[in-house]
This record gives sequence, structure tokens and C-alpha cells, in this order.
Amino acid sequence: MAPHFGLAEFGFLLRGLQWTMLLTLVAFVGGCTAGLAVALLRTCGHKGVEWVIRIYIGIFQGTPLLLQLFVVYYGLALTGLKLDAFVAVAIGFTVNASAFLGEIWRGAIQAVPRGQTEGAMALGLHYSSRMRDIVLPQAIRISLPATIGYLVQLIKGTSLAAIVGFIELARAGQIVSNQTFQPLLVFGVVGAMYFILCWPLSWWGSRMEARLALASQR
Amino acid sequence: MGYTLDFSVVWHAMPALLWGCVGTLGLALAGMTLAMMIGVAGVAARDSKAAWLRALVIGFVEVVRNTPFLVQIFFLFFALPLVGLKLNPTVTAIIALGVNGGAYAIEIIRGGVQSLHKGQIEAGYALGLHKGQVFRFIVLKPALRAIYPSLTGQFIMLTLTSSICSAVSAYELTSVAQRIESDTFRSFEVYFSVTFLYLAISWLLMLGFAVISHRFFSYPTR
Repeated sequence: MAPHFGLAEFGFLLRGLQWTMLLTLVAFVGGCTAGLAVALLRTCGHKGVEWVIRIYIGIFQGTPLLLQLFVVYYGLALTGLKLDAFVAVAIGFTVNASAFLGEIWRGAIQAVPRGQTEGAMALGLHYSSRMRDIVLPQAIRISLPATIGYLVQLIKGTSLAAIVGFIELARAGQIVSNQTFQPLLVFGVVGAMYFILCWPLSWWGSRMEARLALASQR
Repeated sequence: MGYTLDFSVVWHAMPALLWGCVGTLGLALAGMTLAMMIGVAGVAARDSKAAWLRALVIGFVEVVRNTPFLVQIFFLFFALPLVGLKLNPTVTAIIALGVNGGAYAIEIIRGGVQSLHKGQIEAGYALGLHKGQVFRFIVLKPALRAIYPSLTGQFIMLTLTSSICSAVSAYELTSVAQRIESDTFRSFEVYFSVTFLYLAISWLLMLGFAVISHRFFSYPTR
């Protein structure tokens, strides 16, 4: 007799949800750090470096996230390092996030009016101060809606960790569904959990986008 | 560690992999066609007079855009048989891709329709164009031009997303790769090569779309 979907099963899904959130957090923080480096290198002014970064970003944008995960997952296994499944998928998502956030912030840095950079140069500010104090604070404001949009993508994307076997929300759903034979109820609940996580972020992002668009009209 | 990379298994499996590419493109094309139909119907329903219909479309778009495709395809995989549709995995995958892409297409097409100015249509009539000409030159072409970049981007996204359909073992590139992997145990070599097959597909698509755009949508208009 198969167990019915009850409190114990719901608790199992909630633990999966915790892993989804932790995975997203680690990948987002790691991706922000590496993505900043990617964005700065992409706009550094050196033709060769910019080309290499362009190809780096192009590879991640032109291939499926699932395959990127497979390559990182099995590639890390080849190096002989005994890595936990969580660490392996977290590295995969971090690398992916670095490329996408790097491209978003590249656009934002280039959207800051040139006069700002020129003004900073005229004031004699060197590169790090020019970026830290003048360009980046404005670029972050511009990039915020797209960054939140990517965060939603990332939350949804972590479900693919289920396919390489890491037990997060989607995989927990598969397991409970196989145990209870109530796939519609289980995947409905799983979908609702993702929705509760993602929808407020999407709403916040589009509201901010509308406000920024209004501000730029003035 | 005595592991040596051996890409010869990939080379031997190349015919199967190339057929997998064809499968992926077919899946994406069928999915996108369905997505466009849902998109057009959705835009019409989105601006209808019935409030419940508008709410339904808005709800559909929000739910699809804020849940993972993997969960959507699992849900449909089990839900479709319950409503009497016993379909093979590939058809299920096409429906899932169409439903997912449809939600994004609604937003894109709606943006294109809203970008048209009413004054332009009136100007067309004032110039003596008849209804068909106004639709073709003043409504359709500028609207297509406006949404073309996002629509083609969406198509490429859909193609990449179709790799997830391997989870229900639809016929496409990733499931072919998984079969080869389980036969040869050369996981890294197979997935590494297949990743670049996907890259080739998306580059070819981008190139094709750029050529079409240059031919049909560049100014001055033909």
C-alpha cells in the first residue's frame, strides 16, 4: 500500500525547498563575484581580453544549462577530486551565473553616459576609483531589473540539478511522486512552491523596471 | 588517476548524434509553432471584454513564467493521460514546449501590437491604401520588425530548453547522448561534444535569423 501525500511528504518537499534556496544563494553570491570580474574584463578596453570574454559569454548563452551542468559534473569527477554532489552542481550554476550576470552588467556599465567616465578622468580619478565611485553605483541601478530577472531564472534553473541526482525541490517531488502515485498533487505542490519563491521577485523586478523607465523619461 | 580521454566513441556515434540534432530542431520547430498559436490566441484573449478571460491569460502567463520547465513537463506528462490524451513522450514534449513558449510569446506579441501607433493606420487610409495594404504594410511588417529580435531569441531559448525534454525521454539530442553515455560510460566526452553541437545549432540559427532580418526587415523598406 503506497503512502498518501501527507505531512511527512510535505516536510520532505520543504527540505528540498531549503536545498533549492541554498543552492540558489550560493550560486548567486558566487556568480555575482565572478560576474563582476567578467563584466569588468569585458569592458576593460583591451581588444584581445574583450574577445576572449565575449566567447566565454557566448558559449554559456548558446548551450543548454543542462549540458553545462553535465560537463561540469562529469568533468570535475574526472579530475579525481571527490566532490559532494552539492559542491559540483553549485560550481556549475556559479560558472553559468558569472557569464549571464557578466553580460547583464556589461550592458549596464556601457549604458552609463560616457560623460561620467570622462568627467571622472578629468578629475584625475584612477581606474578603480572611477569604477567604484562613479560608474558602478549608476550601473547597478540600471541593471537591477535584469539582475532580478536572472535570479528568477536561476531559481528555476536549479531544478535541473534534479537530473544529475542532487535532491533539491524538483528531485524531492519526483521521489514523493514515485512513492505516493499522486503525481498531479505532488508536482502541483512543487510548482506552487517555486511560484511562491519566484513570483514576488518577478513582480518586484518589473515594478522597478517600470519606475526606471519613468525616471528616464523625465 | 589513469583516465585518458577517448573521443573516438563520440566519433563513432556521430550519425546518431546528428539525427539527434534533427530531432531537437524538429521538436523546437513544432514547439515554437504551437507557442505562436497560443501567443496569438492569448493576445486576443488578453484584450477581450470578458474579465475572466483576461484574468485567465494573465494567470497562465505568470504561472508558466515563474515555475521551472522541468516541473511543467512532469506535470503535463502525468496530466495529459488523465484528460484522455495518451501520447508518446515526444508529442508530450512538444505540448510542454508550446505551452511554455506560448506564455513568453504572449508577452512578446503584445509588446509588438502595442508598439503600433493608431495614427499610422489612419495615415495609411488617408493615403488611399485599402484595408489589405494597410494590414500588410502598416500593421504586419512594422509589428513583425518590432518583435523579430525577441521572437528569434525566444526560438533559440526554446531550442536550448528542449534538452530538458530528455527527462521524459522524448527523441532529441540530449536523450540520444544519454543513451550513448550509458552504452559507453564516456560521460564527459559525450556531453562535452554534445554541448558544442548545441552551440553549433544556436550559432547557425542566429546566422539564419540575421540573414532573414537583413533580407526582409532592413531599411529602406522594399
